[in-house]
Amino acid sequence: MSQTLSASTLLAVPLAPLVGSILAGVWGTSFGGNRIGRRLSHTFTILGVLVAFVLSAMTLKSVAIDGARFNETLYTWMVVGGLKMEIGFLVDGLTAMMMCVVTFVSLMVHIYTIGYMEEDDGYNRFFSYISLFTFSMLMLVMSNNMLQLFFGWEAVGLVSYLLIGFWFNKPSAIFANMKAFLVNRVGDFGFILGIGLVAAYAGTLNYAETFAKAGELGKLVFPGTNWMLITVICICLFIGAMGKSAQFPLHVWLPDSMEGPTPISALIHAATMVTAGIFMVARMSPLFELSDTALNFILTIGAITALFMGFLGIIQNDIKRVVAYSTLSQLGYMTVALGASAYSVAVFHLMTHAFFKALLFLGAGSVIMGMHHNQDIRWMGGVRKYMPITWITSLLGSLALIGTPLFAGFYSKDSIIEAVHESHLPAAGFANFAVLAGVFVTAFYSFRMYFLVFHGKERYDQNPDAHHDDHHGHHDSHHEPHESPWVVTVPLVLLAIPSVVIGFMTIQPMLFGEFFKDSIWVDAARHPVMVELAEGFHGPVQMALHAFTTAPFWLALAGVGAAYYLYMVNTALPAAIRARVQPIYTLLENKYYLDWINENILARGARAVGTGLWKGGDAAVIDGLLVNGSWKVVGWVSGVARWVQTGYLYHYAFAMIMGVFVLMTYFVWLNK
Amino acid sequence: MTLTLGHFLSLGAILFALSIIGIFLNRKNLIVLLMAIELMLLAVNMNFVAFSHYLGDLHGQVFVFFILTVAAAESAIGLAILVLLFRNKSSINVDELNTLKG
Repeated sequence: MSQTLSASTLLAVPLAPLVGSILAGVWGTSFGGNRIGRRLSHTFTILGVLVAFVLSAMTLKSVAIDGARFNETLYTWMVVGGLKMEIGFLVDGLTAMMMCVVTFVSLMVHIYTIGYMEEDDGYNRFFSYISLFTFSMLMLVMSNNMLQLFFGWEAVGLVSYLLIGFWFNKPSAIFANMKAFLVNRVGDFGFILGIGLVAAYAGTLNYAETFAKAGELGKLVFPGTNWMLITVICICLFIGAMGKSAQFPLHVWLPDSMEGPTPISALIHAATMVTAGIFMVARMSPLFELSDTALNFILTIGAITALFMGFLGIIQNDIKRVVAYSTLSQLGYMTVALGASAYSVAVFHLMTHAFFKALLFLGAGSVIMGMHHNQDIRWMGGVRKYMPITWITSLLGSLALIGTPLFAGFYSKDSIIEAVHESHLPAAGFANFAVLAGVFVTAFYSFRMYFLVFHGKERYDQNPDAHHDDHHGHHDSHHEPHESPWVVTVPLVLLAIPSVVIGFMTIQPMLFGEFFKDSIWVDAARHPVMVELAEGFHGPVQMALHAFTTAPFWLALAGVGAAYYLYMVNTALPAAIRARVQPIYTLLENKYYLDWINENILARGARAVGTGLWKGGDAAVIDGLLVNGSWKVVGWVSGVARWVQTGYLYHYAFAMIMGVFVLMTYFVWLNK
Repeated sequence: MTLTLGHFLSLGAILFALSIIGIFLNRKNLIVLLMAIELMLLAVNMNFVAFSHYLGDLHGQVFVFFILTVAAAESAIGLAILVLLFRNKSSINVDELNTLKG
């Protein structure tokens, strides 16, 4: 193990964006007196992220080529008993890959933001937030212990909250950010319980030390039950991942998070933050491998998310929401891969997805800009003539998403399907069906959106709520879309390149090579999925050629074909189908009524419990019985005492004499 | 009929009971109260004398002298207090003397 990574270089990776964020956030806003303008703000933050990206790329190079590893504690925050709380970095293949993905997508989003947020008053604030996000996400992925992981986890959650509610005078945005925050609290509650259990039983928060004790943990039983401790730990940790990675039923916040500006939807709610849960489970693979129950649970949740969230994508009309449900569905795919013990495949899909989904989101953002902030795909159409670069890059992104052979998404998604197919866990049967059906659904909604936006008749003038005084200012070309400036198109092109080639280039080392050798541990004897995958793998070109004979390819093609027929050829048919299956449509329209359940049963139930505790517990028992009750008893006793104290001599004399009698009786008769 | 110890003790008990009733029933005059206390002491003295006689032990009768002396002193003090009280309150009505209440 050659040691070519230095602590100071690694420290610079998260700190550079932090410095940029502080500069833009403090002196770029009225908080610090608006000392630096827009140009300086975006220069500082982009420079910070650029530094982080360059250093990350260098780190990736030395990790991948020179085999360098780094695992050191840099600072001890505090020691409580035997439990050390530290800040440290663990850099191996997994971390280096995540660092590059995060900083690269972040850099693209930073550049894109120059164009997208051009007319927004919160320009500097926005740059400060996304740089702060980059810092938090880097702290999360580079951590070598669970406390720092949790810090990063909460910090990205905070920035997500701030950015969803970026337009804070929009009530729907405030509702959405509060919802995201609350739903994530549910997940984080499970997560911190899992971390607490690890700390209690392993006595350490450090990854390496915890994993060294994984064998012992695997033999323990949760006190008071006959559950395996490791299963409880893993499910608790996975509940954290469910919140952050928006898995059913904690996914409800992600579609609403589209209230935020599009660049952050790309960066946070597609490419990086929502994949933190996937990353965490992959990082903890030595623990998850020990519990088949937890893996089955993960597999089931992932399969539900992958399929059913895809269905919702079909009926959405908001361009960003289509992509958001697509993200949910793809996160479900990653989770399925985790459950099938194919952690490296999940992380591989995480990486390819980060590129093509960021691309799709930024492309959607570009379309929104071109369409003068209309987000409804029903009122688009034919955009390809006006926005050629956005069109081509979005097409590439969609092709990657549906798993066209040779594109990035193909390698990762087909590997997931193959891994689930090879898995022997009880839940794998359902998961296999879900991921296969998901392929068709993915292709259908992706190309439904694609055809509605870029092809077909131009329907700009049919928009019933088109606002004629949009804050764009291009009054000469009111309804015609226009191509976005270069700061928007350059990131699209730069993201399109990895969306196409990254899978082809990296499948060999990442899935079957040594890249993740000491980051991800799989119990090959019990879960031989990766071994079987490796046996069937004969190079990326072979894999692509083989795909033409497998079901996923034809399912995807059928999805595209169906979308083409329904939205290009026979455009009257979708409405007719909708009329025929009205109940299903209503169910999908209401997102399976999960929001309704959350608001009317869970939230109202919680409020009822709260009211009950307030009125019954606090007002009646504590205030009424304990607080008021004690003064009432004291008052009553002193009332009696006051009544006894008459002040009349003969009463006192009587009491004394009665006392004498009582004492005498006692001594004479009872004390013989 | 010979006088037995029981007769004397009964007399003492009756005197004592009378004095207690005197204390309780008296609502008007503080002097009656003092007299009742004196009567109570005399009831005790009666017991002492009776036991001293029947048990043939003179200590009891010696004790009675002490008690009588103390009772005389006590009466003197009590009357002195009573005079002062009257000067201050212009009344020796027991019902009006309830300032012992805190």
